[in-house]
Amino acid sequence: MKFLSQLISGISLGSIYSLIALGYTMVYGIAKMLNFAHGDVIMIGAFVVYTACVTAGLPAVVGVLIAIVFCTLLGVTIERFAYKPLRQATSLAVLITAIGVSYLLQNLALLIFGSDTKQFSSVVSLSAVTLADGQLTISGETIVTIIVSVIIMVSLYLFVNKTKPGKAMQAVSEDKGAAQLMGINVNGTIALTFAIGSGLAAIAGALLCSAYPALSPYTGAMPGIKAFVAAVFGGIGSIPGAMIGGIVLGIIENLSKGYISSQLSDAIVFAVLIIVLLVKPTGIMGKKINEKV
Amino acid sequence: MDRKNNSPLEKKSSSLRPTTKKNLITYAMVIFFFVLFQTLSATGNLKHAHKALLVPVCTSIIMAISLNLVVGVLGELSLGHAGFMCIGAFCGSFFSVLMKDVITTTWIRLTLAFIVAAVAAAVAGILIGIPVLRLKGDYLAIVTLAFGEIIKTVVNTLYIGKDANGFHIAMSTANLGLEPDGKIILNGPQGISGTPKNSTFVIGFILVMITLFIVTNLMDSRTGRAIMSIRDNRIAAESVGIDITKYKLLVFTISAAIAGCAGVLYSHNLSSLTATTNNFGYNMSIMILVYVVLGGLGNIRGSIIAATVLYALPELLRGLKDYRMLIYAIILIVMMIVNNGSYFVQLRERLSIKLKSGKNKKEVA
Repeated sequence: MKFLSQLISGISLGSIYSLIALGYTMVYGIAKMLNFAHGDVIMIGAFVVYTACVTAGLPAVVGVLIAIVFCTLLGVTIERFAYKPLRQATSLAVLITAIGVSYLLQNLALLIFGSDTKQFSSVVSLSAVTLADGQLTISGETIVTIIVSVIIMVSLYLFVNKTKPGKAMQAVSEDKGAAQLMGINVNGTIALTFAIGSGLAAIAGALLCSAYPALSPYTGAMPGIKAFVAAVFGGIGSIPGAMIGGIVLGIIENLSKGYISSQLSDAIVFAVLIIVLLVKPTGIMGKKINEKV
Repeated sequence: MDRKNNSPLEKKSSSLRPTTKKNLITYAMVIFFFVLFQTLSATGNLKHAHKALLVPVCTSIIMAISLNLVVGVLGELSLGHAGFMCIGAFCGSFFSVLMKDVITTTWIRLTLAFIVAAVAAAVAGILIGIPVLRLKGDYLAIVTLAFGEIIKTVVNTLYIGKDANGFHIAMSTANLGLEPDGKIILNGPQGISGTPKNSTFVIGFILVMITLFIVTNLMDSRTGRAIMSIRDNRIAAESVGIDITKYKLLVFTISAAIAGCAGVLYSHNLSSLTATTNNFGYNMSIMILVYVVLGGLGNIRGSIIAATVLYALPELLRGLKDYRMLIYAIILIVMMIVNNGSYFVQLRERLSIKLKSGKNKKEVA
């Protein structure tokens, strides 16, 4: 039973990682950049929910909606002002700019909300479910997280594969120049990708802080890195890869916390990543790209 | 030789090679600033808070130069450089604490600590390098990040003590099983305390000079050219018979060893040493990467200047209190866009063409 409950909470944590990893992987696929500021968008999303629900006393659903809109706009703004001027620059230059944006968001939050850790009140009002004569308890947060994640992943999959903007996204990530020649608005598509990624980050932020209710300007950093690892684990640039990678990572983390050592769990997660990459150098679902001279 | 008879060709060969000249300017710059700050601090013109910056600035310069070797010269992105610094810092401190009473001459003990740390970090560099260097690009970057985090986490869970029976290594204090007279040296998350504070600005300066000497000479050698050819075109380099793995591993190991020494300098400047995200975690690795990129990839002098200015910048902005890191972030973003943004790149090109044509007109006139 302990195993099952660890597994379920692992899947829940993993779903949150998946939502964050989707943002990383979509942006990487389309703009070929590691968006290090993504973790901090999560934190901003959580702070918006906190402000709307705790400070202003709005209902949780409204708070989450506001956060989604806010983060979507934030993502588009960051893309427009920080990354768009660097579209022709080397990937390292864009990486450093993303680090700069990450510092900027953290310090803005630090100035506005202060450095003390805030008690986040859960956005989920569902009560815990007890199964198997009280041996297995699943919290409301866990259930909602898993359901929300499944809905998002399915709709995202349908969006990318069945709709025109989704197909445009795939085309741009395949070949920007050719996509432009086919009449696709490349800049618009990239902005849309950032918008979706940041919106997902807002949801992930609300769910993450509902499950682990401590909120500070540095809350986003570690989940951001883990989700990044998850995206690489699944093959960066691949949407199903990010989903699988996130969930696998969450399960590994929770099981190693429960059975091996809670201090070493991070090290175990990273070690598994290294082993996977050594066996399959482009991640689980990654495509092998042959180099041409 | 008679000076009058010198032909232009001979003149050229008698003057210094451009790279040598460039390196000499770098050395001169470092020596000049060392003498300047040493005089300032000796004559009491340096504030205490600024004096405390001198050794950390040396540490970040050494870290930046060694990371530039991997990122700028070899062309592989490494996000775990602070991990090697961590290994160096803990091995060096461990050695110093252990030998505090055995070797009482400070400089011998410190030199040995540097050697121990460099060897330990180099070994780690080889062990990590062998699997990591099979990967390419961003995958390599994320694996180095992972190794850096693993090193930090493992150091935080290790407990090492010493008693009459020898060393004891465990994952908690209770499992250590020390005799009553035993002493815990590495105390898990509390780290190592009681490291002698031996790092001085002079030692930092000497270490910067040694690092500079190693790296500039490596870059100007046959090996250095082979390494740079890997960066410029890996496949072409391979096709002319350059052993990619060998050179990559060599660079990785040298860079790790230098970072290990920087760690010793860092740890011997503190009385208690702990591994946190900000000093040995990925925040630190990223910070150093920022120095390297802003200083210019493959440009050693640039790394030195960027490391000094950017390390000191938050301190100099202290007057702005809470806004200083915000301003730092904005400066970073604006600098990157002005340096690399397509608009500004085109603007610079247009300006340089205009300046050139203006010059030509003057010459014609």
